[in-house]
Amino acid sequence: MRKIFGQSLTYALLIIFGFAMVVPFIWMLSTSLMTQSEFNKNEAIFIPKEEYHVWNDAGKEHKVILVDTKGEQAIIHVLDEDGQISPDYQEYMGVPASEVELVSKRPSFHFENFVNAFKKVPFATYFANTLFVSILTLMGVLVTSVMAAYAFARLDFKGKDFIFYLFLSMMMVPQPIYVISSYIFLDKFNWLDTYQALIVPWIANIFTIFLFRQHFKSLPQELFDAASIDGCSTFGMLTRIVIPLSKGVIATASVFSLIGSWNSFMWPLVMTDRPELRVLQVGLSYFNQEASTQTTLLMAASTFSILPILLIFFLAQKQILASYAKAGLKD
Amino acid sequence: MKTKRKIEPYLYLLPALVILLLFRFIPILMSFVISFFDFGVTDIGKFLGFAHYSRLFGDQEFWQSMMNTLWLVLIALPASIILPLIFAQLLNQIKWLKGFFRTIYFMPFVTSLVAVSIVWKIIYSEQAGLANMFLQWLGLEPQLWLAEPRGIFTLFFQSLGVQIPGWMGGPSLALFSIIIMTVWKGLGYNTIIYLAGLQNISKAYYEAADIDGAGKIRQFFNITVPLISPTTFYVLLMTTIVSFQTFAQIYMMTDKGGPLGTTKLIVYYIYEKGFDKLDMGYASAAAIILFIVILGLTLLQRRLESKVNY
Repeated sequence: MRKIFGQSLTYALLIIFGFAMVVPFIWMLSTSLMTQSEFNKNEAIFIPKEEYHVWNDAGKEHKVILVDTKGEQAIIHVLDEDGQISPDYQEYMGVPASEVELVSKRPSFHFENFVNAFKKVPFATYFANTLFVSILTLMGVLVTSVMAAYAFARLDFKGKDFIFYLFLSMMMVPQPIYVISSYIFLDKFNWLDTYQALIVPWIANIFTIFLFRQHFKSLPQELFDAASIDGCSTFGMLTRIVIPLSKGVIATASVFSLIGSWNSFMWPLVMTDRPELRVLQVGLSYFNQEASTQTTLLMAASTFSILPILLIFFLAQKQILASYAKAGLKD
Repeated sequence: MKTKRKIEPYLYLLPALVILLLFRFIPILMSFVISFFDFGVTDIGKFLGFAHYSRLFGDQEFWQSMMNTLWLVLIALPASIILPLIFAQLLNQIKWLKGFFRTIYFMPFVTSLVAVSIVWKIIYSEQAGLANMFLQWLGLEPQLWLAEPRGIFTLFFQSLGVQIPGWMGGPSLALFSIIIMTVWKGLGYNTIIYLAGLQNISKAYYEAADIDGAGKIRQFFNITVPLISPTTFYVLLMTTIVSFQTFAQIYMMTDKGGPLGTTKLIVYYIYEKGFDKLDMGYASAAAIILFIVILGLTLLQRRLESKVNY
């Protein structure tokens, strides 16, 4: 009995806290499907609803704004087909009030917000840029990290400890410390405003090297001894033993790298200026400035910019959480 | 054969080494060098010695951003440790829907800071924001949130009818709003780390405590809390380092660190000096100070850890 009580209490608390964690997302989604006037009215919190007046003009129905009613007569503004006030809207006075009717719809989803956000800003380009940068960065990171980690874990050479500690200390320096000098440095290369600036500095990742090194060290020595007796080269051991036995940790590193590039913001914001080069996060930040009053469009843009990552996360939730737990603790 | 063996390891190391030396090591060194020079956009000017540093010392805006950042760290740290430990403890006890709840708690962490900043900016909007709807639902006065420069203590005591001096005001409500969002964003990561830590604690301790008749709450404070302390130190360190680097929220949610500079954090200050005012030497000096602070705190925590841990 006590156990059942304890379990229900646990679930109750988890639901309350969990609700606080997801409520911003639920609200984002519902707001992204509302009309702006609905949002401003501040009544439909989670389920978009819509209320508007319809003028039945001899069998033809128009969406209208009811400006005022005086007795039996109404003053209305006729809206266009999208339910917006067009600049040259028409005002009718003296319409019989009985012809104007209040319509209430719930739920009423306005998926056109997504279309409109896409129309306003070239989000397709931003998506393509982000994908391009993320994938090339990932490929670079995997190649350089596997090789460097292999040297650290399995090979002997002079200066190994020195280089190892050099890497370790560089990892401790946060990005904001060197973002200005990197800007100056990349400018000397004439690399500002290029894809290279977004990719090349990030194709070596110290954290990934350490993650791989840890794993490569744990592989049993006997495998390497046996391969060595069979005349396998050092490179052969890497491709035939190490990599096939490291699929899990490679997947982990790939997830970190992809999420990291997808979400990185300060670097691309600083290093690029041309609109064609904007990655998703930078594009979103410009949209945030340009459309600051168009709440529903902003919410639509936020929704579709986090959708791909959330999708990947939902599909591989178990593996991703395990990766974070493991990599976090080993460090 | 012999020489080949000597060179070979370096060949494996070479790609990573070249990239890291070029794009990490040199820029880090350059940061130090630039901080001693007058530096416009791209051309190096006069050698100034420590002039930038002494200018920083007298720069009120710099101190304000440092103070703001300290408030963020001071408030975010306890919340980012206590809440995730509770969440992890709860998640560790359930049998059904484990994956579902973990996914929910981790969601904010994987989503982009830029996108959720937009969402939270709208949550905090005065007219139709969720935050004010919530206050209304609780029967409380609506707030200005991100537009409120007055301190949270000032506001709190004011609601009780007590006036407190300005220096006791604490961080502005605007900054506090940013802190809430920042904590929310990071909770999931810390929860997962704690969850892994909890699973490493042997069940035998709890069984022994059960036999001795120790209640769940005593078990939590006498077994879980001490045995999880290595994880706590890790979480403490990561949260501190990440908090000091807060940038995107300020860029996205505030008007250049406003109102009245109360949300200007140190990284935003560096960004503004470097890329808006194009005073890159000065900005680098501020960056170096930030680095020294972070390094100092990291070393301090490491020392504490070696003293406390079993």
